[in-house]
Amino acid sequence: MEHAHEHHDLPFWRKYIFSTDHKVIGLQYGITALVFLLLGFCMMLLMRWQIAYPGQPLPLIGSWFGENNMPGGVMLPEFYNQLGAMHGTIMVFLGIVPLAVGAFGNYIVPLQIGAPDMCFPKLNMMSYWVYFIGGVVMLASFFLPGGAANSGWTSYPPLADIATVGQTAWLIGMVFLITSSLLGAVNFICTIFQLRTKGMGWDRLPFFVWAQLVTAFLLLLAFPPLEAAGVMQLMDRLFHTSFFLPSGLVVSGQPLTVSGGGSVLLWQHLFWFLAHPEVYVLILPAMGIITEIIANNIRKPIWGIRAMTFSVMAIGFLSFIVWAHHMYLTNMGTTISAFFQFTTMAISIPSVIILTCLFISLWGGSIRFNTPMLFALAFLPMFGIGGLTGLPLGLSSPDIHLHDTYYVIGHFHYVVAPGTIFALFAGIYYWFPKMTGRKMNETLGQLHFWPSFVCMNLIFFPMLIQGLAGMNRRMYDGGASYAHNQPVLYLNTVISVAAFVMAAAQVFFVINLIWSMRAGRKVTSDNPWEANTLEWAAPTPPGHGNFTHPPEVFRGPYEYSVPGAAKDFTPQFEK
Amino acid sequence: MSSEIPYIVEERPDTGLNNATLGIWLFLSSEVMLFGALFSSYMLMRVGAAHWPSGASLLSIPIATLNTVILISSSIAVVFAWASLKEGNFAKFRACWALSILGGLAFLALKAVEYNKDFAEGLFPSSSTFMAIYFVLTGLHGLHIIGGLIVNSYLLGPGAKMHKEDPARYAHRIEIAGIYWHFVDLLWIILLFPVLYLL
Repeated sequence: MEHAHEHHDLPFWRKYIFSTDHKVIGLQYGITALVFLLLGFCMMLLMRWQIAYPGQPLPLIGSWFGENNMPGGVMLPEFYNQLGAMHGTIMVFLGIVPLAVGAFGNYIVPLQIGAPDMCFPKLNMMSYWVYFIGGVVMLASFFLPGGAANSGWTSYPPLADIATVGQTAWLIGMVFLITSSLLGAVNFICTIFQLRTKGMGWDRLPFFVWAQLVTAFLLLLAFPPLEAAGVMQLMDRLFHTSFFLPSGLVVSGQPLTVSGGGSVLLWQHLFWFLAHPEVYVLILPAMGIITEIIANNIRKPIWGIRAMTFSVMAIGFLSFIVWAHHMYLTNMGTTISAFFQFTTMAISIPSVIILTCLFISLWGGSIRFNTPMLFALAFLPMFGIGGLTGLPLGLSSPDIHLHDTYYVIGHFHYVVAPGTIFALFAGIYYWFPKMTGRKMNETLGQLHFWPSFVCMNLIFFPMLIQGLAGMNRRMYDGGASYAHNQPVLYLNTVISVAAFVMAAAQVFFVINLIWSMRAGRKVTSDNPWEANTLEWAAPTPPGHGNFTHPPEVFRGPYEYSVPGAAKDFTPQFEK
Repeated sequence: MSSEIPYIVEERPDTGLNNATLGIWLFLSSEVMLFGALFSSYMLMRVGAAHWPSGASLLSIPIATLNTVILISSSIAVVFAWASLKEGNFAKFRACWALSILGGLAFLALKAVEYNKDFAEGLFPSSSTFMAIYFVLTGLHGLHIIGGLIVNSYLLGPGAKMHKEDPARYAHRIEIAGIYWHFVDLLWIILLFPVLYLL
């Protein structure tokens, strides 16, 4: 666009590396997080080979991983455990949260509220670089003696307390990531409270901003207890305290020489006090993204937007009191189980309200089926399956059967993979024109979407079946050594092949992303999707300070097809 | 193109806050969760323990009491410093602010003496879960004191230049740093001292 007022007085490293501009930081977050998502996915592909073909050497690339990890191309159990722990850690803390909050939140929130930047730009820069260091620590831990952390992403003691040195690196990495999230959360809340432009009252805030606001509160208040737990586990490992080590522990036939008196349940309480709100940190920004995209592509107002706003706040509050539903199989007692069972059922209500409002919104709309909309539409039933399969896990008696089986894996991956990650893809396709001035290619987009959609279901639905049959998770040989797994063992191959095909489909996305940056079709206006929200009032791509003049807001964000209006959208920024 | 961030010093009319005031309170709310989690861990371990030592039998109450007095004085000095700055008495502000920093340093010095005494008596983090939570809580609190001292010393030294260029913004920074300092002092006075030493 002609009106891109770039400030050319900053040197390269200040403008693109140690930048304080929220858009550059957003892109830094986005690119880093996409790389981590790819890494985490590749780790899973390695594991899927081992699960489907246990003990068989990995063809072609098997020798790349060294004799310590895969001698002769055959994966060692220790390496499998490292990959399992790090797949979870990387996907959650280094991939999805930084992409959903760090990238989309940073780039879009100030634009949608009409702000010149985030509230504390230097803090914003620090938040990214602390995250980056945390990621480097996590990856570097693979080269430590004994490799990376291998006690699962949940790091349950006493196993994690006595694990190899990779666990210490994991804890240090987590302290960096937590610090980064805290800095980001303070910044987001301040930005949304303080920097809304003239006329942007709370009732005119787009749903995406609401979702990011609630998410920021979750990060702010739920992460510190994990930091406390991490410090205590570090103390256990480095200074031989016994926070999580009960008395009388025997390791490899030898009594452990520690003071004892600690509690393994304490770690689980502190960990899940973070990690359950963390689930909502993963899903709320995704809901925000697809609400924006659905509103834009149905060309009519979102049905029940106020109910959705209150629901997202209710989810935020309730998510702090459901954590122990991860712990029904511990000895915490039936009274406590009953309480958490009740709150868990309660939190499903606002989630269902949001999903229902979005489904009803589709009714009677003249829907545009572009790539972002396809991903957004796929999100609805996929998240629906993910949410509904969670209910049996939230009830303490069926959980006795389902706990720690592939059913759990199928459930939460339905929420996060074809749920959140689809929403993130949708967001990339949707906001790409604002970030670059070019649209992504539709054909490549469809080639990316359809195989991904089919494969996601071929991967995760069979896991629900395997889990109901009683197949345990975290099995190095894919469960082959257990008699009761035999009838569902053939599904391992189905899942793995589907995963490899899905990996191939992602190539279309990577090509599309890189190719469209240079050669995608140029957009002819600042508002190519004919959307209502404020980010489309900014120049394309927005320069430093975002808007050519401070925007003013005159109406709510979803006033599409207003009767009597000249066109089918009435932007917030037009009088 | 306007790229100035508003409400750095003046208050936003509808929230009644400026940016950093909201920011520091949000940050402190996360600190409450951090120390709240550690305090919850303390309770959980204590109710689950067969024997729980009284703090008085292991730790030095006189040193801790002296430290409590020092931190209270340091907090009072911060209040006087801020009031003097608002009155335009920069010399008095400097004196009071420096005094509060000295208080923080004295606290750390006494804490080091106390740690040494603990080590000399064979009390280490690995000795018992009580000593473990004692060292974690006081150690993390000490790190918070060090962080506060670094910021406060910067505001006394190179950061004080802002007083000439933008006195309103400088006074605001002093206020924000003061809120944090009160928080770490209160943490010792109402949580760590009573819980670890007296209960």
